[in-house]
Amino acid sequence: MIPNKVRSHLVQNEDLIFEQSSPGKNGYQLPPLDVPEVDPAEALGAANVRATIEDFPEVSEVEVIRHFTRLSTWNYAIDLGMYPLGSCTMKYNPRINEAVARIEGLAWAHPYQPESLSQGVMEVTERLEAALLAITGLDAITLQPAAGAHGELTGILLVRAFLEAQGNPRKRILTPDSAHGTNPATAGIAGYDVQNIRSNDQGMIDLEELARAVDTDVAALMVTNPNTLGVFEENIMKAADILHSKGAMVYMDGANMNALVGIARPGDFGIDVMHLNLHKTFSTPHGGGGPGSGPVAVKKHLEPFLPTPRLHRKGDTLTWDYNRPQSIGKVRAFYGNFGVLVRALAYIYAHGGPGLRNATVDAVLNANYLRHRLRPYFDLPYDRPNMHEVVFSDDRQSAKGVRTGDMAKRLIDYGFHPYTVSFPLIVHGALMIEPTETESKRELDQFVEAMIAIATEVDTEPQTVLKAPHMTRTTKVDEVTAARKPIVRWKR
Amino acid sequence: MNYPENYRYTKEHEWVSLEGDIATIGITHHAQEELGDIVYVDLPKPGAAVEKSKTFGSVESVKAVSDIYAPVSGEVTEANEILGANPEKLNEDPHGTAWLIKVKVSDAGEFSHLMPASEYQTYVGAES
Amino acid sequence: MLAACGITSAEQLFEQVPASARIDHALNIPPGLSEYEIADTFKALGAKNAVGYASFLGAGVYNHYRPVVVDTIVSRGEFLTSYTPYQSEISQGTLTAIFEFQTMICQLTGMDVANASMYDGSTAVPEAAMMAVRVTKRNRILVARSVHPEYRDVLNTYAKNQGLPVEEVGYDNETGQIDLNDLEAKLNGETACVIIQSPNFFGIVEDTNAAAERAHAKGALLVFTFAEAVSLGILEPPRAADIVAGELQSFAISPSYGGPFAGIMAAKEQFIRQIPGRLVGATKDTNGNRAFCLTLATREQHIRREKATSNICTNQALVALMATIYMELYGKQGLRELATQNLSKARYLAGKLKPRFSGPSFNEFVAVTADPEDVNRRLLDRKIIGGLPLAKYYPELSDGVLLCATEMTKRADMDALAEVFHS
Repeated sequence: MIPNKVRSHLVQNEDLIFEQSSPGKNGYQLPPLDVPEVDPAEALGAANVRATIEDFPEVSEVEVIRHFTRLSTWNYAIDLGMYPLGSCTMKYNPRINEAVARIEGLAWAHPYQPESLSQGVMEVTERLEAALLAITGLDAITLQPAAGAHGELTGILLVRAFLEAQGNPRKRILTPDSAHGTNPATAGIAGYDVQNIRSNDQGMIDLEELARAVDTDVAALMVTNPNTLGVFEENIMKAADILHSKGAMVYMDGANMNALVGIARPGDFGIDVMHLNLHKTFSTPHGGGGPGSGPVAVKKHLEPFLPTPRLHRKGDTLTWDYNRPQSIGKVRAFYGNFGVLVRALAYIYAHGGPGLRNATVDAVLNANYLRHRLRPYFDLPYDRPNMHEVVFSDDRQSAKGVRTGDMAKRLIDYGFHPYTVSFPLIVHGALMIEPTETESKRELDQFVEAMIAIATEVDTEPQTVLKAPHMTRTTKVDEVTAARKPIVRWKR
Repeated sequence: MNYPENYRYTKEHEWVSLEGDIATIGITHHAQEELGDIVYVDLPKPGAAVEKSKTFGSVESVKAVSDIYAPVSGEVTEANEILGANPEKLNEDPHGTAWLIKVKVSDAGEFSHLMPASEYQTYVGAES
Repeated sequence: MLAACGITSAEQLFEQVPASARIDHALNIPPGLSEYEIADTFKALGAKNAVGYASFLGAGVYNHYRPVVVDTIVSRGEFLTSYTPYQSEISQGTLTAIFEFQTMICQLTGMDVANASMYDGSTAVPEAAMMAVRVTKRNRILVARSVHPEYRDVLNTYAKNQGLPVEEVGYDNETGQIDLNDLEAKLNGETACVIIQSPNFFGIVEDTNAAAERAHAKGALLVFTFAEAVSLGILEPPRAADIVAGELQSFAISPSYGGPFAGIMAAKEQFIRQIPGRLVGATKDTNGNRAFCLTLATREQHIRREKATSNICTNQALVALMATIYMELYGKQGLRELATQNLSKARYLAGKLKPRFSGPSFNEFVAVTADPEDVNRRLLDRKIIGGLPLAKYYPELSDGVLLCATEMTKRADMDALAEVFHS
């Protein structure tokens, strides 16, 4: 049974651009040169000049437009429907954000233009810093990191610098077994050993286990709150006390901050340092995998170590302060992904304080609604109220030979993007579902119907689910051959 | 599955056979089954030292990496070259042509402390 | 919906959050604005920056024309509002575009393999250095002083915390190229890699082969970086390098006060499993049709966790798509013509000023003048933003100013700038 959300339609085939290329074609126009033309071989030395860019494409403008338009129809997108990837926060990307980011004075600002001619871009930075501090309840913030994982690295380097200034950078970072993979990877790159902390039977930080693990070699705990089960760590303040009593810090992965905006502030529940994902909580587009932005907010004691430069206001004038002797240095050239900052600030302006809180309430309500509607059909290993996402397991279906990954593929046939599969690792066969505030009850109900239909198919016609998807232009892809014999570029 | 009687086994699912002071090391049928389609095998070069219970290489499927632990200590004399271009052999013949490395053992006594086939069979049965 | 959840008010949803952690006040952020008010607010902020100025700034961020087709395509929701293409069956659009991107990066750089993008050039450089450390199992890094100062800053931040010593190699005071004698003196059996940039920060084209020969003789890798991608339209690609890590901002990515940009990472075939970040590979679907998927994921953080090649997750896909479209629009002939225009403009400007270095330069060069800050002040009066005074980054070049000319630079503005330099 396929509900009325989808039916088949024509999709065009399309060759790679290299296969469409024919000599002499081009899709650009340059103005006539208003200075004498230089012979490259003469100017640069013949040995420095390349003969040609071998096999580079040669196509016309309309061929480029058609090429990418045809390719685009092979993608699913938020603009087409619900995209319930848990942990990824796939919410609507307002188009006003795109429009304002392209305003000439913002989009064409050069990072080295004089500060006197950069007051507008610096004010964008200042306003966003203030809004994010109001939301997190922390004391200072850097907007320099380019993405969430980059923010994590920045945050852990801040912890390291602070501890080093006290005489001992320490050796270990603790991560719960429910953590995102970026957390342990980050700790490794920051020069720390990683120790896994087992969650308790509620899927939360086990305070006794934590107390046993924390000693004066521990630099920090990296914790996601709400955690990857979508549940608020109710003992977060006690956990923070355990860390702080041994001089260690609490790093919060802010991937799930969209569950807290306007409700609770990390600065109030013991967090020393955290990152935000502007491409999750603050609606900047994921763009098929970036760009993101990962601002890092800190308590006062970490402020001296923030990356250079820091924005500083002197009366009516904003300046960049490079004189920061204790700073960890730069984590990225210039001032971060400024264009993403513009979009995030536009989102904050569109919602305002009350609207931001409403968005949180709607996101949490949507996720709880899904939990209640789907729990008769799917196993709920941690059965308790959730925040912005809910995690089921495939226990009932895998007993019949159908796993979470199979059902995810079948969901595509019903017109939805799959949920997050097999994460967090502490749930065997996880279905991690995050609807966000974007979805209406109508879209949620269609999703629920699809999930119920799939659960029924697992009983009645499991092969249909196992062989899914059936409706897509591209069927199941041979990832094994791709990895055994990697072909990562076209060759004639 | 019949696990060869003349091999010894580890809890991490490696097997060893010993001829003179040369040990041949591989991963078990059970291990390859758990991993699924194997796409890459990372092995040490001849001359490298391996130490009992320490990792000496890894085996990758599309979405997982498993470290391989040395069941015995010694010096690598040979790494199985066919696995570079044909990692799928590890799925097809893990106890035979798809051995991983040969090691000149430094303490043959280590071999006898490993599990015999019957014990490993029971261990695998209990784990799954 | 509340009833379905067994509650009567939305506030009950938050009872799981301890009261002491909840806030009892409204956020200190004013109420929401209409679309018109938002547009107005940002227009006003935009107007407080340099608008209507001619600019001679380059230094890692270049003014190149952005064909309108680029925004037409990247504004499509199917590209803009999709996630990382993990679900191959419904992500073939993004995957195919990335495969074309990887291919063109290889064609441009002369490397065998390229990944799907890095954050930017400044972060790609330390990632390349860490990759060289993994490959060579050595830990010293040599970096040319003529590499972009901010790239070096970021390299230092990363290296410091991994215990990787970084040492600078000087430049030749005449040519502005890397000092090969200094390089040879500093290379030893502990050196993992030598990092050079070309055109370097002074706009000078380096002798990549000479640097590579010296690095390879000591068993070190050569990491090649670039900030001005247009130069690759005409310059010999760095075939002698082992890893290429650079910045694509020049390819239809607006300066945007320094980001978002798109970095690249490319390398020789044998290093494919040490490359950080995402890779797209070609394969087939069950019907035997061509298909693409993310591949060699075991290198990455979500699988290998603390042993991953990098912690990078989100990268710069949409920005890399801009560069992809740009490369396809310009193509083989266009990139060459574009590069030649840049070269010609910069030559014209250099002919009117006093270049500091004698090495071959592309679209940037260092000019000498008694007081760069004073010149820049006087230029502003004529609505011209001058070049970058080098004193802050190179105290020894305090009379130097880094000037850039691109296809967007008008002859009249160059004449006006020269006039101020000479007055």
